[in-house]
Amino acid sequence: MRNVVAMAGKELRTYFASPVAYIVAAVFLLITGYFFTLGVINDQEATVRHFLTPGSFVLLLLSPALTMRLLAEEQKMGTLELLLTSPIRDWEVVAGKFMASLVILAAMLGLTIYYPILLYWFGNPDFGPIASGYLGLFLVGAAFLSAGLFTSSLTGNQVVAWVLGAGIVLLLWVIGGATQVVGGLFGEVIDYLSLPDHFRDFTLGVINTTDVVYFLSFMAVAFFLTIRSLETRRWR
Amino acid sequence: MIETDKLCKYYGDFVAIEDITFSVKKGEILGFLGPNAAGKTTTMRILTGYLPPSSGTARVAGYDVIDHSLEARRRIGYMPETVPLYTDMTVYDYLNFYGALRGIDRKRKEKRINTVMGLCHLRDYADTLIGKLSKGFRQRVGLAQAILHEPDVLILDEPTIGIDPRQVVETRQLIKSFGGEHTVVLSSHILPEVSMICERVVIINEGRIVAIDRPENLSERLRGSERIQLDVRGPAAEVASRLRQVKGVLEVSWEKADGNFRFVVDARLGRDLREELAGVIVHQGWGLLGLQGLGMTLEDIFLQLTTKEEV
Repeated sequence: MRNVVAMAGKELRTYFASPVAYIVAAVFLLITGYFFTLGVINDQEATVRHFLTPGSFVLLLLSPALTMRLLAEEQKMGTLELLLTSPIRDWEVVAGKFMASLVILAAMLGLTIYYPILLYWFGNPDFGPIASGYLGLFLVGAAFLSAGLFTSSLTGNQVVAWVLGAGIVLLLWVIGGATQVVGGLFGEVIDYLSLPDHFRDFTLGVINTTDVVYFLSFMAVAFFLTIRSLETRRWR
Repeated sequence: MIETDKLCKYYGDFVAIEDITFSVKKGEILGFLGPNAAGKTTTMRILTGYLPPSSGTARVAGYDVIDHSLEARRRIGYMPETVPLYTDMTVYDYLNFYGALRGIDRKRKEKRINTVMGLCHLRDYADTLIGKLSKGFRQRVGLAQAILHEPDVLILDEPTIGIDPRQVVETRQLIKSFGGEHTVVLSSHILPEVSMICERVVIINEGRIVAIDRPENLSERLRGSERIQLDVRGPAAEVASRLRQVKGVLEVSWEKADGNFRFVVDARLGRDLREELAGVIVHQGWGLLGLQGLGMTLEDIFLQLTTKEEV
């Protein structure tokens, strides 16, 4: 655990030393702020619902930008050699880096907290949908980050890592459409994999166990694949 | 402290190293000497647990580098050839991070970081970003990182490559001072450097160990001899004893090859005995099927190593 914390601390320092985290957060705030304002003015309703779905889509694009450096850079610079010959386990490396990216995600969501504060100031919003919305956004963002971390482990090229990371989650984002032409068991599998369907209920104030399990297993699979990928790098 | 047994590493059909067997005693400084791409880095990467061997075993401080990788890694300090560093960290942060990974407790870490920064002349650069440092200083950071946790075994891949001559001298002295307490394995393609720092030298070429000895013995052996190979049809023992009588021949060995015999003659250096040896064979009426000076012998490698770079 001490190694995980050390690894996460190192990555956080790097995040704050580079402009990436600030720029990602700024873009996220700009676009979610735009949707929030537009939604509230249009509907005259005290809810954060309007920024959640666009927000999750912005996270789809931005999350791999946060993770693309994490392992690709280590491979390109050769620092992975020193890291993997230190007394740290592969999973500790992955966990530490994932944790660092989660902290950035949490901070980014934390910065949007003034939307609900404004709502409480001027109106009387429901607490439930706000809490579930934020939980959903965090889960969906964390899943994106785990996918991005995985693709970052595959290559020494950050752009490739971003494209693959965004590509994988984008595919899961649109895959639900295939259920119109694919039926049977395969159709059901696709239906389960479809990512927006697992996010939607969070925006409506409902926390389903199946949805939470979906995102957690998404992360577990990505985490496992990342560790495997690091291992094969060692054995190549 | 380090024992390897028949280490091999293949990449497909390519043989990176083969049958690398050696051992290093505690406190000894061992040098790997060989031309580029001889297999030095591959061997070191296996010792540090970065690469698994295709076959064979390696133990560091009594721990198998594969089966007890973590335990072995805890006892190793490593500086890879290219000295990879996190360029966006300061020297202090970098050492602090590796100190944490090495499991040094907070109080001792402070002290150790201070000590190694002193040893490697980095005190003035504690808060400098590594990316802003010159190659020589990066090398020092790499070295500081490797010795931070006072490892039993220090593995340094080409520790003096690419730094200016004054720093080379300093670095060599520093490495030499680690001997006795730490076990050091370093690689180099510069012969004088290795004979200066190391107590024992492993000469490695094309993935195989060519010789292991003390530097002075190696030079002795080298000054001594030249190698000639002859393929002869005839009674082996007789041929050998006749060859031995030729003036300048030091040693004759033979083995059976394709129904004939292959003799390897070690001769005193400086005289070309090929003509004379051929004469002897023909004179006796034996069949001389082939004769050649042996290709890449120790001497050739040494020659290559010594002429490539001056100190």
